Amino acid sequence: MSLKRKTLELLKRREQVQQGGGEQAIKKQAAMGKMTARERILALLDKDSFHEYDLFVEHEARDFDMDKKILHGDGVIIGTGTIFGAPVCIYAQDFTVAGGSLGLMHARKITKIMDHAMKLKVPIIGINDSGGARIQEGVNSLAGYGEIFYRNTLASGVIPQISVILGPCAGGAVYSPALTDFVFVVDNISKMFITGPEVIKTVLGEEISMEDLGGARVHSEITGNAHFFAMSELECFEQIKKLISYIPWNNLRKAKAFKSKEPKKTLKIGEIIPSDPKQPYDVRDVIKSIVDDSDFFEIMENWAGNVVIGFGRIAGDTIGFVANQPLVLAGVLDVDSSDKAARFIRYCNAFNIPLVTLVDLPGYLPGVDQEHAGVIRHGAKMLYAYSEATVPKITVILRKAYGGGYIAMNSRHLHADFVFAWPGAEIAVMGPEGAANIIFRKEILEAEDPEKMRKQKVKEYKEKFANPYVAAAKGYIDSVIEPEETRKLLIHAIQLSSEKVEDRPKKKHGIPPF
Amino acid sequence: MENKDFKMLNIDGTKYKTLIPEKYENRKVWEQPDKRILKSFIPGTILKLFVTEGQKVKEGQRILILEAMKVQNRILAPITGTVKSINVEVGEKIPKNKLLIEFE
Repeated sequence: MSLKRKTLELLKRREQVQQGGGEQAIKKQAAMGKMTARERILALLDKDSFHEYDLFVEHEARDFDMDKKILHGDGVIIGTGTIFGAPVCIYAQDFTVAGGSLGLMHARKITKIMDHAMKLKVPIIGINDSGGARIQEGVNSLAGYGEIFYRNTLASGVIPQISVILGPCAGGAVYSPALTDFVFVVDNISKMFITGPEVIKTVLGEEISMEDLGGARVHSEITGNAHFFAMSELECFEQIKKLISYIPWNNLRKAKAFKSKEPKKTLKIGEIIPSDPKQPYDVRDVIKSIVDDSDFFEIMENWAGNVVIGFGRIAGDTIGFVANQPLVLAGVLDVDSSDKAARFIRYCNAFNIPLVTLVDLPGYLPGVDQEHAGVIRHGAKMLYAYSEATVPKITVILRKAYGGGYIAMNSRHLHADFVFAWPGAEIAVMGPEGAANIIFRKEILEAEDPEKMRKQKVKEYKEKFANPYVAAAKGYIDSVIEPEETRKLLIHAIQLSSEKVEDRPKKKHGIPPF
Repeated sequence: MENKDFKMLNIDGTKYKTLIPEKYENRKVWEQPDKRILKSFIPGTILKLFVTEGQKVKEGQRILILEAMKVQNRILAPITGTVKSINVEVGEKIPKNKLLIEFE
């Protein structure tokens, strides 16, 4: 056979395998409103950049007549490509082939591309669309999952790991996304749960749909398992591309620097925040008035909205923002918001992304539900994450910073590198009302008009302590600044700390309050 | 900002104007556990009743059988006391969290 004919044969073979589960199955996939695995990869990666590996892999299962079954690519596509020119490794489970079920060779393909990503030090993107373990392959499927989890863990904090849930992802399968850095979900398509509606009905008698149990909205709004929510697969891919533009290839690099762009002129930074600390505003407007082109890429937008996290650029450099959000639950810290912020802080620290923290919070959320849900343990995550972080840590106290919340929000005491405060900042052990009630309890009780006395004492306390100068006098904040100076000073602080090195005691790892 | 559905949230004596998310509104409000009240932990059928109103019972004594998902669950007395009221009948199908029996 001539090489030309052999090449033709290759093309024929390729075409056959690339059909995945065949025409019928592809039609079914489309009827569910889903793209095929191959379409997804091609839509996500730069044009003509995808190179596929292991196209001709076949399973070796023998039981239950599996030896008579051909499963193209064993139900998963793996390969390499680029996103905006940045290299990535990728895998996509092919639901048209045996429901994307995970058998031994399927798992081996995934672990192969994961190992590849670790060696090459580039991000790994996993597109999940699978019915779960391939039952016919028995314990080999379980072994496959375990090998994936192990690699997820070793890769954690070394290369960015992105999970995209574009179909069912149930049982043990959900633990791979849970171990990765960012989870993307799409409305009506993504479904994640440990035990499905059937089991729940049998055991507990509770009837619930897959969507209500573990749909995209549930994980973006209730559980906090997902980081990005999209209405369509294409919107989801745009989000992934944008994320890739903000993060470095690996933990030894810095994120790619862009050209600096001034924030939009429409936002007047000095006019966003009401001077009364009891009044709400959207802290995202403050972020937008600081970052390049007013472009803020928010993460976990729909969960624990009382803290805002996300990426923006300052003078071209990627910055991780953590900000209290007075618009939601008065911007308190609670179980969910501590969990959300702490994990993000650790992400930024692992991947050399400087942190800017914007502070305006009344403290922690009171309540039996909070205490019983372990707010002590969860709240401690914030202290741990900030203290542990060695990336440049810059804090701007916008307005109130009371009590334990003040300490937790990257205060000087957790060794922030720069602490700025706006002139309206109130750094105090608690809000004036609460403080006056405690300190002047006796005077208020014994006064002829207790309410009048209380008001007077609150006013006295406010005048004396509700300002930035008490903390400034002790050096707990470095400078009180005009709101309009904020961006300029942040640029200065970030440039100044670009070579920052901070050593930590050598250890295997810490014991954060997980 | 003006058109939003703001509410007041009290933190350490200060009331803040803010939005209250659904998850917070729907949180489970804590109740003092009351052992005198017996509720169904699962939907099912009352198969047998071993007590009558006014009867004295000992903690751990068999009270009723609640069949759910083909499992016959023996429900035991949570305290030593008297059966104050019985709110179900034999053969009755009940939902989860239904008040079955009150003790005193």
